[in-house]
Amino acid sequence: MDYSVFDIIGPRMIGPSSSHTAGAARLGKVARRISGNDVARVIFVLYGSFAKTYKGHGTDRALLAGIMDMEPNDPNLGRSLELAEAAGLIYEFIADDADPPHPNTVKTVITGSDGKRTEMMGCSIGGGSIKVIQINGLNVEFTGEYPTLVIRHMDRPGVIAEVTSLMVQFNINIAFMRVFRQSKGQDAFMIIETDNAISKKVIAQVRALGDEIQDVYLIEAL
Amino acid sequence: MSINFTSGTALLGLCSKNNVRIFEMMLVREVYISQRNKDHILNEMKENLAVMKKAVERGLAEDIRSVSGLTGGDAKKLRLYYEKEMTVAGTDLNKAVASAMAVLEVNAAMGQIVAAPTAGSSGILPGALISTAQRFKKKDEDIVNALFTAAAVGYLITRNATVAGAEGGCQAETGAAAAMAAAAITEMLGGTPEQALDAAAMAIKNILGLVCDPIAGLVEAPCIKRNAIGTANAMISADLALAGIKSIIPFDEVVEAMLKVGKTLPCELRETGTGGLAWTPTGRQIHERIFGKS
Repeated sequence: MDYSVFDIIGPRMIGPSSSHTAGAARLGKVARRISGNDVARVIFVLYGSFAKTYKGHGTDRALLAGIMDMEPNDPNLGRSLELAEAAGLIYEFIADDADPPHPNTVKTVITGSDGKRTEMMGCSIGGGSIKVIQINGLNVEFTGEYPTLVIRHMDRPGVIAEVTSLMVQFNINIAFMRVFRQSKGQDAFMIIETDNAISKKVIAQVRALGDEIQDVYLIEAL
Repeated sequence: MSINFTSGTALLGLCSKNNVRIFEMMLVREVYISQRNKDHILNEMKENLAVMKKAVERGLAEDIRSVSGLTGGDAKKLRLYYEKEMTVAGTDLNKAVASAMAVLEVNAAMGQIVAAPTAGSSGILPGALISTAQRFKKKDEDIVNALFTAAAVGYLITRNATVAGAEGGCQAETGAAAAMAAAAITEMLGGTPEQALDAAAMAIKNILGLVCDPIAGLVEAPCIKRNAIGTANAMISADLALAGIKSIIPFDEVVEAMLKVGKTLPCELRETGTGGLAWTPTGRQIHERIFGKS
């Protein structure tokens, strides 16, 4: 691998360790996006090593900072608990001793201002990288390294073709794409990771495709 | 021979062939692999230096407390001591050591640092390099160049061995950082590319086999103090090299030995917090106090 000088001296980061701070902040941020950027209340259920060590590593502060849309290297990351209280954001941390799929796993349960509930489960997999593995109880998988479109839709013939032809219209190259569903004909997720930035216009057009499309979220490349 | 060198020997060959120093060769390589222009790259390194300096200043001035409450305030304590008393190892060395501890304390308190090469070893390079540069009245430009020398050494260790404590133990983290700082200082003060790599080799040799045994798994104890000793290691290695003392085992072979030693370390001594100091009665008590019984 061609290491850059900035892989060796860098990144500029908030301590104490990238998997507990940068990774956690990113997970918080992605959860915020999936809630449609509307967080009135959040519960973090921590598993594995996260559950056992989150206080000493500041993982709680980093997660909440991400929920509040801070960047992973924001100097205020360590003050997020205080800032959340000042902003009236209600939060709670629960340690769960269930076996997680990865040692550093967290489930965020977000309640929006209109009472809408969004659940996301993700892992901090090292060096600040993350993996999202579940949204609203449905298994998914993406890393946030690419601009990612998360589309909740009904499992109907033609929905995927409609979305991908839109991508063609906007000259967006799909790097990875996966479809996940609960059961036949029911709730499903399309996860599209692209090589190109995705504009608000694209999102609006996806939404306008019809009733089968229930929600569209964009997660910018982390 | 490609611009994209992969060994110390190849790097020295390129330096000699093109009559350039290590930092210049590393900058040429970075332009080549990143396809970005030189000024852009230098500016980004300047930003890294600014964050390093800020972390040193903050850690020396403030009463810092880590998130866990285990550590903090020792950098300032050391500063107050060397400013007032006659010290055993001398003011200059103590200042460098305090600076390194300052950065690690800022890291443990969720402050901003620059991984160099990792967060757990991020104090050594700024601690040793910045304080030495100040004493020799070097400009920021010279320090930025020295950071490229350091990056060249760190790159070779990352590529040919490891800088992860979980893989190679503490020798891989604070050893790599000390090697990077030793080479950077040596070249900044006029040493040849050969002398810079000799300094790096000696720094790794000095702590070969050092285990990674963080108490309660936190990047605090013994990490902060190992950044202190790593800083002294870097500065002494630089002086040895600048005096013309050579490393009997060449840099590339030392790096390879470090990797092999790291692989033979048992899992308990590679960042799992289950051996060494972490598993002493006091180490375990601290773990229980912070995280509860497991």
